[in-house]
Amino acid sequence: MRLSGADIVLECLKRIGVDTLFGYPGGVVLPLYDRMPAHPEIHHVLVRHEQGGGHAADGYARASGRLGVALATSGPGATNLVTAIQNAMMDSVPTLFITGNVARELLGKDGFQEADATGIIMPAVKHNYLVMRADDLAYTFAEAAHIAQTGRPGPVHIDIPKDVFLEEAEFTWPEEVSIRGYDVPGAGDDELVRDAAAIIDDAERPLIIAGHGIILGRAWDELVAFAEKIGTPVLNTLLGLGSIPADHALSYGMLGMHGSYEANIAASTADVVIALGNRMDDRAMGRFADFNREAKVIHVDIDASEHNKNIPATVAIVGDVKQVLPQLTAAVQTGAHAEWVREVDTLRDEHTDSMAVPSGPELSVQHIVTRISELSPEATVVTGVGQHQMWAAQQMTFTRPHQLITSGGLGTMGFEVPAAMGAQAALPGQRVWSICGDGGFQMTLHELATLLDEQLPVKMAIMNNGFLGMVRQWQELFYADNYVSVSMSQPDFVKLAEAYGIKGLRVTDIESVDAAIKEANDHPGPVLVDFQVEAEGNVWPMVPAGASLAETIETPDEVTA
Amino acid sequence: MKHTVVAMVEDRPGVLTRVASLFRRRGFNIDSLAVGTTEEQGISRMTIVVDGDDGIVQQVEHQLNKLIDVVKVSDLTGEDTVTRELVLLKVRCGAINRRGVLDIVEIFRAQVIDLSPTSLIIQVVAEEDRLDALVENLRPYGVMEMVRTGRVAMTRGEQTAAVHEEEPDELQRFHTESGRRPEGELPFTSK
Ligand SMILES: Cc1ncc(C[n+]2csc(CCOP(=O)(O)OP(=O)(O)O)c2C)c(N)n1
Ligand SMILES: [Mg+2]
Repeated sequence: MRLSGADIVLECLKRIGVDTLFGYPGGVVLPLYDRMPAHPEIHHVLVRHEQGGGHAADGYARASGRLGVALATSGPGATNLVTAIQNAMMDSVPTLFITGNVARELLGKDGFQEADATGIIMPAVKHNYLVMRADDLAYTFAEAAHIAQTGRPGPVHIDIPKDVFLEEAEFTWPEEVSIRGYDVPGAGDDELVRDAAAIIDDAERPLIIAGHGIILGRAWDELVAFAEKIGTPVLNTLLGLGSIPADHALSYGMLGMHGSYEANIAASTADVVIALGNRMDDRAMGRFADFNREAKVIHVDIDASEHNKNIPATVAIVGDVKQVLPQLTAAVQTGAHAEWVREVDTLRDEHTDSMAVPSGPELSVQHIVTRISELSPEATVVTGVGQHQMWAAQQMTFTRPHQLITSGGLGTMGFEVPAAMGAQAALPGQRVWSICGDGGFQMTLHELATLLDEQLPVKMAIMNNGFLGMVRQWQELFYADNYVSVSMSQPDFVKLAEAYGIKGLRVTDIESVDAAIKEANDHPGPVLVDFQVEAEGNVWPMVPAGASLAETIETPDEVTA
Repeated sequence: MKHTVVAMVEDRPGVLTRVASLFRRRGFNIDSLAVGTTEEQGISRMTIVVDGDDGIVQQVEHQLNKLIDVVKVSDLTGEDTVTRELVLLKVRCGAINRRGVLDIVEIFRAQVIDLSPTSLIIQVVAEEDRLDALVENLRPYGVMEMVRTGRVAMTRGEQTAAVHEEEPDELQRFHTESGRRPEGELPFTSK
């Protein structure tokens, strides 16, 4: 079948199984837009900024586990995507980013709207391509989709010169791709699994740290089976939340900079740490050199480069958690570490204050997110970055994978609205709540228009503290209350919502919280709730930047810096 | 400690950028980098001399392996290898002191490959230590210009760092015919 490059691109997307494309047009992608009406199976969502389209693709992928796709024009379109691409890279989200570029003969000539998108984006993706012939499109798309979704997933970028969209070529969809420089790890090495099992069998205080890899690898059942067999507490990284139901007896929540006291102390005093599908990042592990030096560390990850990068492993197993966990479960003895579990329980019971939800009368973020969680227990939750993000992670109950969607690695403010939009597009008929910072919301609020266009009923809760709260907290604690550029005057968020044709609600006191949440839930369309929360609440506990998890502090009096 | 890492890579546009960018971004120190074609069509060989402890070099290998265009990575350090580097040196040299320079050339088993009344070009293929010694000995005469290729290495005996996994014919044709291995007419070629 001979087709134009533009038709081939759209055919390829259909073969890959893409039904939604978040995009923004421009000169060089016009040949592609021109052909979209002929491919109604693909729904194009016109976003209001390419960053929004990129985060939407990311949110779509995280909510559904399917490939998220965003499209942009050359030059400024491509550069506007960069933040979203790096965000997907840091959090290993299976995404495909397509950009147009100037026509082949103009490449390298600094013509109108030429940016070296291939060069700019190269370090921010798992792989990228500049496609120079329409003949190469089909294979490139097949390869790109394969790379994005297998192994450690991640973003892949395809740059296509304008005239390649217009060139005709024979279209044949490759049934298979074969890439000799790309191996997808599967089962773990048996000998290493035996070594790990022997260490686990000998352990008195073993601990599991389960990360995003469990969710990406769809290994949540395998995780629970393993944890139950050895009877050890399970901690989550921020992105691992939901990999074990929060109400499971062995689930002990999040560790890290704003992890619970008991999680951080347990991680610091365990004798064997079993890290599963996480990259041992500094926000989770604290100062590397002082992370529990006594513990033996078993590290299972599909990406060999994560082993011994930050924390030395006693046994490092390269493999897919979906396959390695059953191997480990079969190899270990059934255990129960009742005494150790009791010890962690006691820690938890004795250190409830730092994470307790303030009872009022001031309106706290903790109270609001707790109520959203209780009134919409099934909801998918998307957050921005900052204090509200950490409170959502601490207080909301995540009982299933894909339930929390948050920017972990890059910490991208402005993620909250577009990612929620993408999640909602992937989950029609399901509830999506976006917990927004008043700062982050204003970075990408233009997507309110897209929400309305697309009738995506996202419920947005702005935690309006009038501050770049997390930065203000650091200035208060570590820069002697010297507030510099953290206080913001705000627009009237309710009027703003209304200007976009979206229902707006305002809550100023604790008594009205439940009614507003219910009203938002009952409304069929998108809703924005402006929660005017206390201005200067702080997130506790906290591991100061550069400190070890063992140095977790619970109150402001303990801050020494 | 210096390690000799060999990366067999797909000969595609951008592959050198990917490797160079990785070293820069991760803060790995490259002492030298030599790139060239191999016995296998479509595969180039990069010989990279990296300075760092075993942990760093292990990271280098893992990070290189993550690049899709890198097919195989081997650390030849500690293996029984042949290691060579080629140097061209232009030395200031007239009739009066030519004998002295030629003596040095002979001792180092180097070759004179160009001669003018005031200068000559010396070529030598050797291991780095010997090259360094040669340069030191020639310095007093005046080294006008020097170019070194960087280290290349090969294990002795049967063992190789080569890629044995050939691309299926169809792919081979695809990659060779396709714009992914352009013949040099476009601005993004690797050659
Ligand atoms: C794009 C971007 N710029 C800057 C930062 C640094 N930063 C981290 S948290 C934060 C404050 C966030 O404020 P807000 O969205 O109001 O959330 P809050 O902390 O008040 O809940 C800032 C500025 C960031 N994470 N992302
Ligand atoms: Mg704020």
